[in-house]
Formats: sequence, structure tokens, C-alpha cells
Amino acid sequence: MSAPEAPVISVRGLTKRYGDKTVVDKVDLQVMRGQIYGFLGPNGSGKTTTIRMLCGLLVPDAGEGTCLGHDIRTESWAIKQRVGYMTQKFSFYEDLTIRENLDFVARLYGLPDRRAKVAAALERLGLAERRNQLAGALSGGWKQRLALAACILHQPDLLLLDEPTAGVDPKARRAFWDEIHELSAAGMTVLVSTHYMDEAERCHRIAYLAYGKLMAHGTVAEVVAGAGLSTWHVSGPDRRIAELARTLSGLKGVEMVAPFGATLHVSGADAAALDTAVQPFQADAALAWRRGEPTLEDAFIHLMDSATDNYHPDAPR
Amino acid sequence: MIKRRFSFGRLVAVVVKEFIQMRRDRLTFAMMVGIPIMQLLLFGYAINSDPRHLPTAVLSQDNGPFSRAILAAMQNSTYFRLTVTAESVAEVDRMLDRGTVQFAVEIPVGFERRLMRGDIPALLVMADATDPAATGNAVLALQQIVQGAVAPLLTGPLEALLPAPQPVELRIHRRYNPEGLTQYNIVPGLMGTILTMTMIIMTSLAMTRERERGTMENLLAMPVRPTEVMVGKLVPFIGVGLVQVAVILGAARLLFHVPMEGNAAVLAVGLTVFIVANLAVGFLFSTVAQNQLQAMQMSFFFFLPSMLMSGFMFPFRGMPGWAQAIGEALPLTHFLRVVRGVMLKANSLADTWPDIWPLLAFLTAALGLALLRYRQTLD
Repeated sequence: MSAPEAPVISVRGLTKRYGDKTVVDKVDLQVMRGQIYGFLGPNGSGKTTTIRMLCGLLVPDAGEGTCLGHDIRTESWAIKQRVGYMTQKFSFYEDLTIRENLDFVARLYGLPDRRAKVAAALERLGLAERRNQLAGALSGGWKQRLALAACILHQPDLLLLDEPTAGVDPKARRAFWDEIHELSAAGMTVLVSTHYMDEAERCHRIAYLAYGKLMAHGTVAEVVAGAGLSTWHVSGPDRRIAELARTLSGLKGVEMVAPFGATLHVSGADAAALDTAVQPFQADAALAWRRGEPTLEDAFIHLMDSATDNYHPDAPR
Repeated sequence: MIKRRFSFGRLVAVVVKEFIQMRRDRLTFAMMVGIPIMQLLLFGYAINSDPRHLPTAVLSQDNGPFSRAILAAMQNSTYFRLTVTAESVAEVDRMLDRGTVQFAVEIPVGFERRLMRGDIPALLVMADATDPAATGNAVLALQQIVQGAVAPLLTGPLEALLPAPQPVELRIHRRYNPEGLTQYNIVPGLMGTILTMTMIIMTSLAMTRERERGTMENLLAMPVRPTEVMVGKLVPFIGVGLVQVAVILGAARLLFHVPMEGNAAVLAVGLTVFIVANLAVGFLFSTVAQNQLQAMQMSFFFFLPSMLMSGFMFPFRGMPGWAQAIGEALPLTHFLRVVRGVMLKANSLADTWPDIWPLLAFLTAALGLALLRYRQTLD
């Protein structure tokens, strides 16, 4: 290995405003080559806007940085050559067939051996049989495959995927993620936004965005640990658990109460306050209490709640 | 900045895509061929600026050889069709008021006797002149008709009543369209009108459609230059325009027998410039419009003045100066002069140049504005 590689994406203070609404607020991001970088956050948290700024579709109002070594403000033409961007909504031509769509993309990038490349891409993604179907007639899963095939046709160095698996069945999702890992293993860097926790856990690194602010980033373990949550797992008879869930929620120190089957996850950021809150219920013989590990979802919900609080500094805690 | 050269390969990519999409869009494709045929048949056969067989009422209060000859001559001129015989002046007024007749002729009491006495009696012809174009030619022809009808009867002692010969012999050459056939004027004009309408509407949808279907984001994310997209989207429509021209010229020849006096190559030059100028306007609209509805509205906003102020429907020189100035800014105005000039007057390229260069200027301006308006980001 040579000297430390320059990051594929490196931006500082990225900001985008629409009117007086700040959609992306001073986001810093570093993504290294070959990484699968997960981009998480609730709807409207600025994920799509950030991705669009990275590939030159939107001009940031503030901030600077590079993507593939090119300035995101002035060199979007060069960035476009080496980035594959898969939009959230299917945005290929529904009145063209699969093959015609791929041909169009291949011609735009001026790929040599266009026919062979398109045929290979069709084969690789299992689209060969359907190559003469109109894209508009495809189901969600097939559309997603087509979009991915089109985005990687020119063998980009960076793949930007905006909620690629929304509305896709679990089997197709699994296959899709296997494909992403193969591409990453071959050296492609992937930035992917998602809502699914299981997908987040398949990323090398993740970043959590809420209301335009970058709340946390790192590996999954780092993000979970960084949230600083204490968690109790309680199990017992269904009715007692349901009752306990109602009683606990709203108590001081208890931030989250979430039933997982017969087990109740009770978490809070302040360990002492949480323990004080649950102590009166621990004497109940019908309930089994034990210390648990907070999940990524717990961490995200905690992060999201604290981000909301930023908007309402006077809100009672 | 990195140098971004115009790439022929990317242009081909856009052209191929547009051609396939056009082929798949059956309705639009049918419209592009159907509209010219329909309009040509409708307007070519329907519009007539020299209306004849106009319904005419007769109030005859004297019946004799002169009045009979005059009425027969009016009928024979084909301008008038004597449909009703009125009994009173009040009845004549009512028929004109209600529009059941266009003209009414009143032959007064003692007409015959006074004529033969040389009293020069009055013959009253009333016209419903609400639409000047409907009555104009018929009124102009009247003098001739009446004189022609009366003259043969002025024999023997009445010969003295014959009008004296004119001191000047007036010769009128109706050049280029001696029979005054409306179709010679309308059919070449229709070519311009149809092209204006279809070309602008089709291209005004070009970019708005990409935006509405959500494909714009993808197109922008890929490396393609605005000029490549623009030219790529316009090229297929040049083909469509030429197909329409072929249909119209064929019909002009076979159905309407409009002559083609000039050089086809000169017409081809004018046509190409005109088609591209219209496409450029349409493309400009499509970069401005937020959605397809707005694009259509803009197209019509442009189309109506084109039709009314270009000299297609009404004589260009009949408009006041300011209106002519607006007309001069419209491509259709110049194209009409070119197409009529070449087809009817055998104009050469040099003859048509005064109208070709404004088209070129218009084209350049519209293309330039469209490229300025073309957004390369989603901002």
C-alpha cells in the first residue's frame, strides 16, 4: 500500500437553504475508497439534497470540498464522468426498453464496445431475458436492477444510491446488497441512503442525519456507543408487559419504551435516572429484568429526538 | 474549468433516444401527420375570400325588360342568388336584420319609364355589410353587371343613353394569381401555419416532459452538454417537419393545383430555416415552462398572433405600422413571403434573402436564449 489515500469524498460545512429553511446544515463528510457508507436519517433530513450536492446537481450555498478529487462547486463535469447516481425515484425512460435505456447511457458516456458492454451488463444483472421489455412495464425490483445496471455501466469510481431498496421485496434487497458488496470489493466506493436498520448494519460506516444536521458518524458499534444509552430488557407475561410499557413511558429518565415480542426494551441516556425510574418495578416477581445492549434503532431514535430538541430549546425535558 | 467539447457521439445518443420515444408515442405521431392533412382539407376547401352565390331578396315595383335583364345578369354573375321576392320595404328590412339575405335589390315604381326618358332612375341595392369581406367583391362587380345588362337594350332612339367611352383605357394585370383563387394564397400559407403550430407545441413539451416524468434528474446527473440535448431533441422534429411539408406540397399539387413556379431548392432553404426557428422557440418555451400545461399555453400565446398578424389570415399591409412591426418580428410573416414568393412568383434565393435573414436572426436569438435558460442543476 502506498501513502494514506486521499478520501473519495471530503466535504466541509456543506449547507443548502431553500428560502429560510436550511435543509442541509454544515455537514462534514469523509468517505474512503472502497467503503460502503450508509446515509441514514428520517424523511426530509437532507439525505437526497446532500447526495445531489455531491454529484453537482445542486450548488451548495456554503461549504466546500471535493468528490473524487474534483471541486464539487466548479468541476461537476469531471465528477459526472466518474460517478454513478441512482435516483430515489426511477428516472430512466419508461417508454424505452431495458436495452435501449442501457444503450442510451452507454452512448452518452461514449463507451467503447458498446454492444458488448450492454450485453454483459444485461447478463450480469439477469436482465438478458427481459431486454426488450419496456422499462415502464417492469415491477419495482426489476426497475431497481435496471437502474443499478445503468449506473455502473461506465464503471464509475463512486456510486451514489438514494434509497435504492425502497419498495423492493426482501429477496431482491438481499441480492442487491450482495451486488453492492461485490462492487465495493472490486474497489468501488458506495454512498447509500436508506431507512432500513439491517441495511445500515451491512455498511462499513454510517452517518446519521436529522433535520439537516449530521448527528453521528462512524461504524455501527461506534454510533451505538456514542449515543450513550443504557437499556433494560424486561420479559414476562404479555399483559404485564403491555401494562408496564404504558406505565413506564413518560417517566423521568425513560426515553424509549419499545416492545419486541415478549420483551420490552427500556432505554434512556441518563443511566442513573433510568435506574431510579425502573427500580420500583424490579421487585415484581412476574418480570425478569436484565441489562441489555441498545440497538442501532434505539440509538437513531435517541439521536432524532435530541435533534428535534435543538429546534425547540425551550421544550421541557 | 475543464474543457467540454461538443460530442457527436452524445448527440447521436440523444437523437436515437428521441426517435424511439417519438415512434412509441402513437398518438403524438398520428397527430403530427394527421393535423396537417386535416387542416389542409378543412382550410383549403373551406376558406374563400371571394364569396359567391350570396342570398339576395328582390323588391320589384316595376316589371319590364330592363329590370328583368338586370336581375338576370345579377344571377348570372354568380355573385348573387335571387332567393326571395319581397312585398314591401319593411319586409326587406326585416330580412336584412335577421340575416336571411345578404343583399336586397329594390326596383322603384316607374323605373322602366324613367329610364327610357333618360331620367337616370335610381336602383337601390342594400347590403348587409357587417362583414366587409363577404360583400366587397359583389358590390364592386355591380356597376359592371348593371351596365352590361342594360347596354344591349339601348338600341334605336335609346342609343343616346349609352355611356360615353372612357378617356383612358385602363389595363389591369392580376399577376401571379390572375383568377384570384384564394387557394393559391391559402395553401402555401397553411404550410407555414401548420409548421408553426406543430413544431412549437411538440418541442415545447421536450424538456417539460423530462422534468415531469422525473427523468431530468438522471439526464442532468450524466455528462451531457446542453447543446447536445437541444440539438438532439430538435433533429427528429426537423424530419417530422419535412414529412409534413411533403404532405402539404403533395396536396397543394394534386388537390388544389397550386403552381410551383420557383426553384424547389430555394424553398427548401427557406423551409429548413423556418422549421428550425420554430423548433428553437418551442425549445425556449420548454426551458421556461414549469409543466406541460404551461408549455401549451405559451405555444398558443405565440401561435395566435402568428396566425392573425403574419398576413396569413388578413392582408399584412392593411395593418397599422405598430402591428406590422409586431408582424415583422414573427417568423411566420417572413416565411409566408418566402413560400408565396417561390411558389407563385418564382423568386430566387436573392429575392427571398430579405426574408431569410430575419428568420436566421430570429433562430439565433431563440437558440441563444434557450441555452441561457437551460439549467444544468436542479436549483
